[in-house]
Amino acid sequence: MSALPWWRDRRRLGWLIQLAVGLVVLLAIALLLGNLERNLTRAGLRLSFTWLNDPAGFDIAETLLPYTAQSSYAMGLLAGFVNTLRVVVVGLVLATVLGVASGAASLSRNPLLAGVMRTYVEVVRNVPLLLQLVFWYFAVFLALPAAAEALRLPGLTLAKSGVFLGPVSLVNGELSGGWRLSLELAALLTGLVVYSGAFIAEVVRGGIISVPRGQWEAAASLGLKPTTTLREVVLPQALRVIVPGLNSQYISLAKNSSLAVAIGYPDLYAVAETTLNQTGRGIEVFLILLTVYLGLDLGISLLMNRLAHLVRIRER
Amino acid sequence: MGPWRALVATPADTALTAVLALLLGWAGWGIFGWAFGRAQWLVVRANAATLMVGRYPEPQQWRLWLLLGMLVSLAGVSWGLLRGRGAWPRNDRLAVAGLGGATLVLPPLLALGAVNQLRLLLLFALLLLLRWALARWSGHPAVLRFASAWGAVWAVAYLGGLWLIAGGLGLPTVRPADWGGWMFTLLITSLTLLLALPLGVLLALGRRSELPLLRWLSVAYIELIRGAPLITLLFLGQNLVGFLVPGGLAPDRVWRAAAVLTGFAAAYLAEAVRGGLTAVPRGQMEAARSLGLSSALTIRHVLLPQALRVALPAMVGQCIALLQDTTLLSIIGLFDLLGTARSVLANPDWLGRYAEVYLVLAVLYWCSCAALSMGSRALEQRLSISRDRATVPPSTPSPTAA
Amino acid sequence: MRRLIQRLLPAVAAAALLPLAGCGGGDTGIGAGRLAAIKARGQLICGVDGKLPGFSYQDQGNYVGIDVDVCRALAAALFNDPNKVEFRELTSSERFTALASGEIDVLSRNTTYTLSRDASGGNGLDFGPTIYFDGQGVMVPRASGITSLKGLAGKTICVENGTTTELNLADRFREQAIPYTPVKYQTGDQTYGAYLQGRCAAVTSDRSQLAAKKTSFPDPEAHVLLPEVLSKEPLGPVTVNNDSALADALRWVVFATMQAEESGITSANLKEKLAFARANPNQADLRRFLGVEGEFGKQLGLPADFVPRVLTAVGNYGEMFERNVGQQSKLKLDRGLNRSYRQGGLIYSPPFR
Repeated sequence: MSALPWWRDRRRLGWLIQLAVGLVVLLAIALLLGNLERNLTRAGLRLSFTWLNDPAGFDIAETLLPYTAQSSYAMGLLAGFVNTLRVVVVGLVLATVLGVASGAASLSRNPLLAGVMRTYVEVVRNVPLLLQLVFWYFAVFLALPAAAEALRLPGLTLAKSGVFLGPVSLVNGELSGGWRLSLELAALLTGLVVYSGAFIAEVVRGGIISVPRGQWEAAASLGLKPTTTLREVVLPQALRVIVPGLNSQYISLAKNSSLAVAIGYPDLYAVAETTLNQTGRGIEVFLILLTVYLGLDLGISLLMNRLAHLVRIRER
Repeated sequence: MGPWRALVATPADTALTAVLALLLGWAGWGIFGWAFGRAQWLVVRANAATLMVGRYPEPQQWRLWLLLGMLVSLAGVSWGLLRGRGAWPRNDRLAVAGLGGATLVLPPLLALGAVNQLRLLLLFALLLLLRWALARWSGHPAVLRFASAWGAVWAVAYLGGLWLIAGGLGLPTVRPADWGGWMFTLLITSLTLLLALPLGVLLALGRRSELPLLRWLSVAYIELIRGAPLITLLFLGQNLVGFLVPGGLAPDRVWRAAAVLTGFAAAYLAEAVRGGLTAVPRGQMEAARSLGLSSALTIRHVLLPQALRVALPAMVGQCIALLQDTTLLSIIGLFDLLGTARSVLANPDWLGRYAEVYLVLAVLYWCSCAALSMGSRALEQRLSISRDRATVPPSTPSPTAA
Repeated sequence: MRRLIQRLLPAVAAAALLPLAGCGGGDTGIGAGRLAAIKARGQLICGVDGKLPGFSYQDQGNYVGIDVDVCRALAAALFNDPNKVEFRELTSSERFTALASGEIDVLSRNTTYTLSRDASGGNGLDFGPTIYFDGQGVMVPRASGITSLKGLAGKTICVENGTTTELNLADRFREQAIPYTPVKYQTGDQTYGAYLQGRCAAVTSDRSQLAAKKTSFPDPEAHVLLPEVLSKEPLGPVTVNNDSALADALRWVVFATMQAEESGITSANLKEKLAFARANPNQADLRRFLGVEGEFGKQLGLPADFVPRVLTAVGNYGEMFERNVGQQSKLKLDRGLNRSYRQGGLIYSPPFR
């Protein structure tokens, strides 16, 4: 019975290892929390969330909520979160459209089209997103002409005072009418969509490739046109591969939207940073940020899992 | 059907080709006109040194040249060892042509001094020479003996490089606050990677461990880190670490950022490694165990060597992502390449020269990422992974998890 | 190849772990009070802006400016060497946590003295004497033709995140019911960059800062400050709450420069004044001030001759002002409120007794 020394006994050794690791982790956490407590007390900053109800005092450039400088910090953070959601939702839709289009196009029989799409994907994925964002904002959008010499495209007007969708008119040197996006929002959306679009294109491409060639050939022999084949035969099968890939791309996009702070768009992170500066509540602000972003990821994952489920059921 | 025929296969294709060609021509002409007309490249020429090494004090910059020389020699030697005798595959020829072209064309364009131009040429020659010599005599016993200590040589060189950059032990100290530019980006990327690799492997093993506590802890850590945007974690490092350690003991901001990046990269690398671990058949473990190998020995000699090979493309993808993620350091006020560029552009003398500087940065990042994936493909072939795997391009950085 | 990997792994691990050893060291603990810790360390760690001409910026690798001089004065008082300071550049967002967490000893970064920053229920800081009485201003391009705040109705204003500036901006414009849109950037660099690129009709900050930045613009004359002063911005050095030893030392080092100006002592005539004080036992005020007699230094935990040390290093307040932001500098700011009280200004030192 006792022939086995304890260090060769897998089960006992396992428990010992777990005990040791658990102790170390607990000790480390206790040490950190102890330091935190001590340091916060010394600095007179006790952990509390009551300040969330105090008036924030700062303005937010653009918000969909009735937020003013008299509103509370909580309201300000919520306004920031709504701004984040706005970018994420719009960005998701546009990036998906761009990604699916360029993913499918990169498999086109036309080598020029396929080449252009491959180049787009390779260029965009190998350049850091933040660099792309500051490029879009500082080099492209801030270099737009003033309102009087605005760039007018059909249905789209670009000027230093903003990006206008729909018909606009020039009144006293100011553009009015249409649907106005601030330069910050426009640059952020452009950057995120172009970047995520390239990754989604790869996911879509991988999904389409995963469908056996025989499926194409079978459809062709039934006399289906290539577009019909793609829509009716290949995509439904490819979706099973694509949807999980999209899930992680969507989560990335949500997380990447926090880079807005670098180009002056008041998203959740930007408002949180302002809040930290005005209140000095680092720990609390960090906890709020962490919770909200984890919640956002979880929400996207849940939605995508539902979608994956739907795709699967329709197959059967 | 030849590629030219495919361009005009059907009327629709012809129309598409024509439209695309027109668009491309128009865009190309626009870019050409901008690059040689309106763009003012003086900003890049005047700040080339700053973009490379930040505010590193000029009298000490010889140390960086020495470091570069050391790196070039090691790269040449490793390259030669990796390739072996007589092989100059297409990738190598491309790399030589690219590097050679860059060495010949860029320094005059940047108006570097004659001395620096000469140094760069010599370094390029040294690289080629070592690459050729090591490949030529790759079978020689002396070379083989040297090759067996290859890892140790790199490790010693790395520590030597750190010493050259930071100073101390007889050299004047250069504080981390004065490190910057491309050098800083490469330093922090490599350092983070070296630290994150073992951590990532441990986390991946933990996640697949039979011990529930280890498994839960690893899963919790990996998922928590992967769920949060990097910028919030950097925020934690910059603003809160000071509170978590005894007062005044918080290390310099650079080290705190490196620690955060390490913890971040480790979680992603762990997922890459886990992919490799799942690819190792269970039978391998059982066989090793039935031979009486202990868990540690099984992991070290059976599991990891196989898993890491399979995981290599994904891991390289993470390295590329990490290189790109270092740009976020500019948001917390550190002078990585992007941060340095932004501080250069803050000088009103260079007002509005964003496009020129950012384009140069983009090219630099792009080339580095491309080089990394090229290198990984070479390594992969060398490790003779099964055919179908080797054809999967490893240049797939998952999007920066900001 | 497997052998190669096996050889590589431990080496890589070793290479990876060694630098860690160098990361933690260098700082001393807090315990008995910051002043003691600074002395034990032999160096002061001072948080500055680092990019603001006149206040703190790098000139040929050396930090200069009036904020910098405060740190140098304290280092001179402690170590008789104004260079025993390590400067850390902080953004306005980081500065308070850097101080509260003990990363820096003193924050000297054009920081406005306000109730909520001082109160232990707020940011929990401790402010030293105000070294620059400032007010918030607004700068617009001359060509815009805007001459008052009212002219900014409906316009966009660039402002730096995390400052009292953005709060004052919200307050003033709300009071006067002027609609506006703030665009906030993380750093001053980006704020002024965006303003110069024409993103905003105006940029707002402390008037001294606007004047300082203007000097570096391609065409300084193309920009003009609006006459309105939006707020009171008393700028001064800051220490962490509940550490009076350090706060007092800092306070009286700064006051010493002000007292010296009142008494007509400059870095140039310091030697004569010292000799004069030593030779004349009846000059009690002067003797006490210069540490020839009494033990003011000891009471503060500073050397007896801390005042001469400070004056040798940075001169009196007037010299500091003129050298960094006044007529001898590029900024050419008028002393205005920052005259000595004897000339009708607000600079006033409590008595050294």
